[in-house]
Amino acid sequence: MAFTLYSLIQAVILCVNAVAVLHEERFLSKIGWGVDQSIGGFGDEPGIKVQLMNLVRSVRTVMRGTTEKSIPFINIKHRSACI
Amino acid sequence: MDLPQHGYRASAKPRARAGPHTGDPLLFADTSSAAPPMNNQGYYTPGYSIGGAPVGGPADAGVNNLFADPMASAAMMYGSSLANQGKEIVNKEISRYVSVNKLKYFFAVDSKYVMKKLLLLVFPYTHQDWEVRYHRDTPLTPRHDVNADDLYIPSMAFITYILLAGMALGIQKRFSPEVLGLCASTALVWVVIEVLVMLLCLYILSVHSDLSIFDLFAYSGYKYVGMIFTVLGGLLFGSDGYFVALTWSSCALMFFIVRSLKMKILSSLSHDSMGAGATAKPRLRLYITVATAAFQPIIIYWLTSHLVR
Repeated sequence: MAFTLYSLIQAVILCVNAVAVLHEERFLSKIGWGVDQSIGGFGDEPGIKVQLMNLVRSVRTVMRGTTEKSIPFINIKHRSACI
Repeated sequence: MDLPQHGYRASAKPRARAGPHTGDPLLFADTSSAAPPMNNQGYYTPGYSIGGAPVGGPADAGVNNLFADPMASAAMMYGSSLANQGKEIVNKEISRYVSVNKLKYFFAVDSKYVMKKLLLLVFPYTHQDWEVRYHRDTPLTPRHDVNADDLYIPSMAFITYILLAGMALGIQKRFSPEVLGLCASTALVWVVIEVLVMLLCLYILSVHSDLSIFDLFAYSGYKYVGMIFTVLGGLLFGSDGYFVALTWSSCALMFFIVRSLKMKILSSLSHDSMGAGATAKPRLRLYITVATAAFQPIIIYWLTSHLVR
């Protein structure tokens, strides 16, 4: 498997895009990963699921801010769904 | 394995001979603790005498001849001030993305440390004390502590690996210049992937260790030393030598990684909650450490097997 830096950047962008596309109401709440289900447990050790949910939510927040400006510049070959 | 240290010493000798005595502490000073005490003039006096000495004649006569011509001296002043400005701009831009002081800590090494660390990477079984020593709340520089990680060995080993890969392919008459770039970017990409996965795991399991990004790059980069050892074994002794060197360097590297990361990841338990969440967490942290260690032989085999057919 011969990688180039460009293919790594492409793979990272596609993965981040896949995480950012997960819809809050239609999908995440149905499987119990909604943002309203992560509050609680104010101990100093948040579990794995809470950390993952926070990660998904922060990726979506960050991508919402940046992809609105950079959609014309990202030339994604597979034409997957973007926010 | 000898190559990085030999190159470092060879480039240090001519400067030590030609520069003035006051220039030496500047080049070898431990810049990890504070800014260098000399101001800008210290940067230029070694340059003048290095330029003067190879001309022949005593240094005094050379400097006098240079300043006798006013145009040349004016041009030199202008050029030096321009270079100074350029240097400041570059430093400012770089320090916006990467903390230069933190990076300097990782390159404050000397030859004794490099030799001991390379020996440790090849034969870590007799080393007793794996604790990273601290000095008033900051970790000691690699110069004073053999357990501290550095970025000098990984970067030198990376470049040596690329050169060795080119040589191995050339011996088999499969060399072309594009292959060097491909090999370099493949190895770099795998290190970046490993660092990103480690960061993700450390975040998800909320492991509050003091491993920064540079530490992770350092621990991932130590596998290049194992790769160099393996490729050398394969080149010198054929296919059998390759597999013997592969198993030896894999075991040594796995032992090294497990012992080093155990100190950093598993011992950070003492900061967190004592009794309540302690049941599931040590097991997961152990899994991370063991998975990191088990990944090393796989990637060593993947990146070196095509070089030694």
